[in-house]
Amino acid sequence: MRKKLIAGPYMLWAIAFILIPLAMVFYYGLTDKNGSFTLSNIASISSPEALKSLVLALGLSLLSTVICLILAYPLAMILNNLKVNQNSFIVLIFILPMWMNFLLRTMAWQTLLEKTGVINQLLGLLHLPPLNIINTPTAIVLGMVYNFLPFMVLPIYNVLVKIDPNVVHAARDLGANGFTTFVKIIFPLSLPGVISGITMVFVPSLTTFVISDLLGGGKILLIGNVIEQEFKQVNNWHVGSGLSIVLMIFIIISMFITNKYDRDGEGAVL
Amino acid sequence: MKKTAQRIYLALIFVFLYAPIVTLMVLSFNGSKFRTKWDGFSTKWYVQLFRNEQIMSALYNTLAIGLLSALFATVLGTAACIGIHAMKKKSRMVWMGITNIPMLNAEIVTGISLMLLFIAFGVNFGFMTILLGHITFNIPYVILSVMPKLRQTDKATYEAAMDLGASPVKAFFKVVFPDILPGVLSGFLLSFTMSLDDFVITHFVKGAGVDTLSTKIYAEVRKGIKPEMYALSTIMFVSVLLLLLIINRPSRKKPQKSAV
Repeated sequence: MRKKLIAGPYMLWAIAFILIPLAMVFYYGLTDKNGSFTLSNIASISSPEALKSLVLALGLSLLSTVICLILAYPLAMILNNLKVNQNSFIVLIFILPMWMNFLLRTMAWQTLLEKTGVINQLLGLLHLPPLNIINTPTAIVLGMVYNFLPFMVLPIYNVLVKIDPNVVHAARDLGANGFTTFVKIIFPLSLPGVISGITMVFVPSLTTFVISDLLGGGKILLIGNVIEQEFKQVNNWHVGSGLSIVLMIFIIISMFITNKYDRDGEGAVL
Repeated sequence: MKKTAQRIYLALIFVFLYAPIVTLMVLSFNGSKFRTKWDGFSTKWYVQLFRNEQIMSALYNTLAIGLLSALFATVLGTAACIGIHAMKKKSRMVWMGITNIPMLNAEIVTGISLMLLFIAFGVNFGFMTILLGHITFNIPYVILSVMPKLRQTDKATYEAAMDLGASPVKAFFKVVFPDILPGVLSGFLLSFTMSLDDFVITHFVKGAGVDTLSTKIYAEVRKGIKPEMYALSTIMFVSVLLLLLIINRPSRKKPQKSAV
């Protein structure tokens, strides 16, 4: 009995700094300036600007997620085939960038992509036409893929490592070729990793405002930018909270899908 | 043939991941102010960086908040683990679920929710609000580092210690604590790293005039990148690298969403 009390300070902390703040987002999102109930803040997602930013954010983050998956899956398989220890240097190399400051990584791409940036300088030296993708959605997708790729590699790699090689051998012994083995055995078994990789890339991409701000030149607004501006510039917390609730609905949908497929879910989050 | 293709693929991804970082590092030693022109090796941007009082005070804030938040989060989180571990399954699930909220929710929503809380209670935005915010998002990392270790401990040894006359507190520190210590330490380092890296939550809970390195970089980059920023990047990359080599358990990184 006494032991449970040790969690008391944390329980108070969680109530004060996790639950109450979240309740406040809902309170502001569902009331107007006079404090009476309204759905108009949530409905403001249908305003042209907000809707456009939400659709663009969904599109770009889905695209980034797909690109990350296409790049990460083979990478994870190759790393797994190396048969090295999970903590080995080579694996660390491909995971490491996710620990480097997010802003600096984004700034690096700004430096590379700018009109007079490093890439265009190099292209100029080779007498090739310049690349003009800074301040376009392409640059934002590139920034998302670069920032979140390790978040896709890590969970897929972690699942692949755990697949019992005997299962794969058995499939081969029973006459399956490499392709069939992959489709019927390896891929289905790696699905939990794929799904959690997808959420780990999709949620931060969908909600980012930094990447779009730095690589989109402040002209391309994603839903994250609209919410950030409502809070930091317009100071309309009601609309900002309403839009955040919409954003959370998308996060909950993606989490719901994750939990459905992620059999190891319990062990992971607990 | 297949091996070669695999090597090339690894090399390409490696270049994609590291070329931007190396570019920043090279530019930090460029004597010229313009990134398009190489003007010989120079460390002048490093000198200017350390003379820049604003950046130095941001550095101080970052380190102070990192250490303090990691320390508070480690103490609160470890205590929480012991308590939650002793709970019945149902309440354990509830509290672990609550713990997961900050990790699964979008950072921007966590940030604005804390901002609304501080506004509602009339707290002045500044060092203190950033610290509170960082402790909040760090505790889950500590809990997720310590909990697995605590589960592995054998209840019998703890009970044996008590049978042999140790007080519960003494039994805990002599028997259980050494077993969970690696988790506690990695929780601390994880928290410290997360705190250093955070931008989004800090952005919403910071007051005017108080900056961490992340928010300072954001402000500077929006004005136009100055070479001091490259010097700062290099220092930060190298520090993170060293820190990670100390932790050196890549598979345990970001246990949160890795969900597997």
